[in-house]
Amino acid sequence: MPILVALWCIAALLATAVAAVAIGRHPWGRPLVYGVSLTASAVAGAAALVHLVAPAGGDLTVILPLGLPWLGMHLRLDALAAFFLVVVNLGAAAASLYGIGYGRHESAPQRVLPFFPAFLAGMTMVLLAADAFTFLLSWEFMSLASWALVMAHHRDAGNARAGYVYLVMASFGTLALLLACGLLAGPVGGYAFADMRGGGHDATTATLVLVLVLLGAGSKAGLVPLHVWLPLAHPAAPSHVSALMSGVMTKVAVYGFVRIVFDLLGGSPWWSAMIVLAFGGASAVLGVLYALMQTDLKRLLAYSTIENVGIVFIGLGLALAFQANAMGSAAALAFTAALLHVLNHALFKSLLFLGAGAVLTATGARDIERLGGLIRRMPITSALFLVGCVAISALPPLNGFVSEWLTFQAVLQSPDLPQWGLRILVPAVGALLALAAALAAACFVRAFGVTFLGRPRSAAAETAREVDRVSLAAMAVLAGLCVLIGLLPGVAIDALAPVAEAVVGARMPAQGASAWLTVVPIAESRSSYNGLLVMLFVAGSAAVAALAIRRFGSRATRRGRPGIAASRCRARPPNTPPAALPSRSGGCSPPWCSGPANVSRCRRPAPPRRPA
Amino acid sequence: MAMILELLVQGAQMALVLLLAPLLTGFVRQVKARLLRRRGPSILQPYRDLARLLRKEAVLAENASWLFRATPYLVFAATWVAAALVPTFATGLIFSWTADLIAIIALLASARFFLALAGMDVGTSFGGIGSSREVMIASLAEPAMIMIVFTLALVAGSTQLSTVATVLAGPEVGLRVSLGLALVALVMVAIAENGRIPIDNPATHLELTMVHEAMVLEYSGRHLAMIELAAAIKLLLYVSLIAAVFAPWGIVPASGGGAGAWVAALLAYAAKLAVGGFLLALFETSIAKMRVFRVPDFLGAALMLGLLGTLLLFVSRSL
Repeated sequence: MPILVALWCIAALLATAVAAVAIGRHPWGRPLVYGVSLTASAVAGAAALVHLVAPAGGDLTVILPLGLPWLGMHLRLDALAAFFLVVVNLGAAAASLYGIGYGRHESAPQRVLPFFPAFLAGMTMVLLAADAFTFLLSWEFMSLASWALVMAHHRDAGNARAGYVYLVMASFGTLALLLACGLLAGPVGGYAFADMRGGGHDATTATLVLVLVLLGAGSKAGLVPLHVWLPLAHPAAPSHVSALMSGVMTKVAVYGFVRIVFDLLGGSPWWSAMIVLAFGGASAVLGVLYALMQTDLKRLLAYSTIENVGIVFIGLGLALAFQANAMGSAAALAFTAALLHVLNHALFKSLLFLGAGAVLTATGARDIERLGGLIRRMPITSALFLVGCVAISALPPLNGFVSEWLTFQAVLQSPDLPQWGLRILVPAVGALLALAAALAAACFVRAFGVTFLGRPRSAAAETAREVDRVSLAAMAVLAGLCVLIGLLPGVAIDALAPVAEAVVGARMPAQGASAWLTVVPIAESRSSYNGLLVMLFVAGSAAVAALAIRRFGSRATRRGRPGIAASRCRARPPNTPPAALPSRSGGCSPPWCSGPANVSRCRRPAPPRRPA
Repeated sequence: MAMILELLVQGAQMALVLLLAPLLTGFVRQVKARLLRRRGPSILQPYRDLARLLRKEAVLAENASWLFRATPYLVFAATWVAAALVPTFATGLIFSWTADLIAIIALLASARFFLALAGMDVGTSFGGIGSSREVMIASLAEPAMIMIVFTLALVAGSTQLSTVATVLAGPEVGLRVSLGLALVALVMVAIAENGRIPIDNPATHLELTMVHEAMVLEYSGRHLAMIELAAAIKLLLYVSLIAAVFAPWGIVPASGGGAGAWVAALLAYAAKLAVGGFLLALFETSIAKMRVFRVPDFLGAALMLGLLGTLLLFVSRSL
């Protein structure tokens, strides 16, 4: 039974956490702890995947004689929990694998090793909890374990404050969730999720619960304006923990929101969707605007997490709006888009944080202004980081594009909504989403370009060396999954169908049946996208062009000083026909193109090397 | 048999955009020269330039990375594929379902992403300035384009470009305020995306205000040829896009037609390109280049027009 497998994995993780206190300083402690974490995450993730794809015997429930004496500990594995278990354990497995190599550079391993498996166990427990007590206890356990990891380097400047702000915000969030659960349980006090689900809730209670959950889960996920702790705390932790916090823990918060608002609360009024959409849209744009201004690579990634959480909440808000108006297929489309973005963001954000960790190991610097030129020193890391940058910028044919494309398709379903408030707000949110996507591309051009391209701007960047193979393997797995989901999004969408069916009561049309695995959200005459064919066409065209040039064009290449191509008589006065250009090989006779003078003209302006 | 015919049509479309693109660029240059009372180079000059560049040796900076060398091919391929998916003379292309209009825009964005990175690769100042300006312009032009797509999609009920063209060619759409706003916005975006005056000047290599040319300043030889061809294809793509959506007359519908219909469609396409190129040249000669910091105002206006068009359609489907 998958749920028992998952529970044993949690037990193994908790036991490792306890053992790590003793063996933390031992040289074998690190590979042992990360090895057990890797195995447990992989096994739990695989069990959840099996349950998601081929559920045997419906939802699985276990009641353990722990926790409150009259309640017991309710644990349940349904499609929603299974999907998030896959996401969490995928990220956890990659971070554990990375930790085996990266942890070698840890100055105080005993501050990281015990809390790492505990953090993983806490996140998995939140997803399995099926009563309010277990849910809140696991939630707080997860928060505290991650707080301890944030404080691992507590002597570094700013980390103590980051930990303090995080602790305050996490406690505030749990308080809000505690009140929400109290309201859901009602005066009767049915704290099991099964009791809460059945009870009808009046409008006031439903509103209060929604607002409280938005505060509680939203503060954990980093929704603007509850995000203040996130850009402080996420970069402060060791990089593989940053990857977990940004890529995975924010998804647990999304799970909390979906579980309570969609599942326990049942139907919400239409204007609750407006609140969620407004928070989502604001987070998406403000997150990426803040990210554009950062010079600290890890902080830039943390702000970009806020943007992506905003995109997820836009999808969830649309799903709420469609659900309130009984538009089943549109709700399924929006909800699937949100879930797919959850998975995608977990993949590429973990990849990018691990890449930032590799840069940090190699150079000791997080300030991108002091890096540069790393593509020549760290070719594999830079290629993998580039995959993450393309994916997060929502560019085809990688995975980030698919989920944003589905969200756009969901926005296009909304003119049929009857309420005027939604009909005005949804196109505005659509514009914010488009703006966020375009700004994200600008942000990651800058992040990649300044860090990896150009010339080295410090001695550390000049002498950087590629990181160890285990770390590279962890990043390669994530990059591979980004490409795979980008090329075959239909498979992922079909795997999400049971979740959508369980939560919003409808599903997207089966994608596996369509020709060439094309993604068709509604009907082929309305919209379709095929990542695989786009990739094949682009690769084919590039290959044809390269071969044609090899066959018919020149293959000669010469290396020279930077600026040499620019100085070689490319310049001509405006409005001079190209025919008047001097031949490139034969000297620079015309007056406007006197070699050395031209070089100096090309070098004149001060070099602001980054896109503003 | 029908399958082979459809593949042939798709192949003809791909070859057509590739072969016509330099001609359109040459035509625009020629018209501009005539409007300035110059004789101007032959309209075949871009072909000669490309051939000359392809024959030359490529000069690379010492520290240029693999990304710098791969980018021209990627940019060319992505632009070419995007252009091949825009209906030019026929709507029922066999691979038109591969990517809808949003995906076509995103493909162009991918090309720009890599080109901007390549501009930063060598680490010279002009490349950095060019990349920085290019992404600044793109970060406003792209959302404006998405808003235009929304407007079109709401009118046509589809983001599929063939369907949009078919619906807009039909009699039931008529004149609409939202489509008018979308057309103005689309023209503004097209000017910005192709780096034409007043946003950028494609005929300069020696201005501190240049954008696209600054970004590709380090390229030479075959690499430069690929990039220039991609730029020409992109211009053709935008003219074809405007023609397919706002002037869909004469396009062979998905149901097919006789030989006469095909010939008429090809002639109509050529005429549309000529009109588009002429209008572009006329516009460029009659306006001065903007200062760079004014560009966001220009594109902000395009974004607002697109958003207004979408909002109107959310208010009423008949506007």
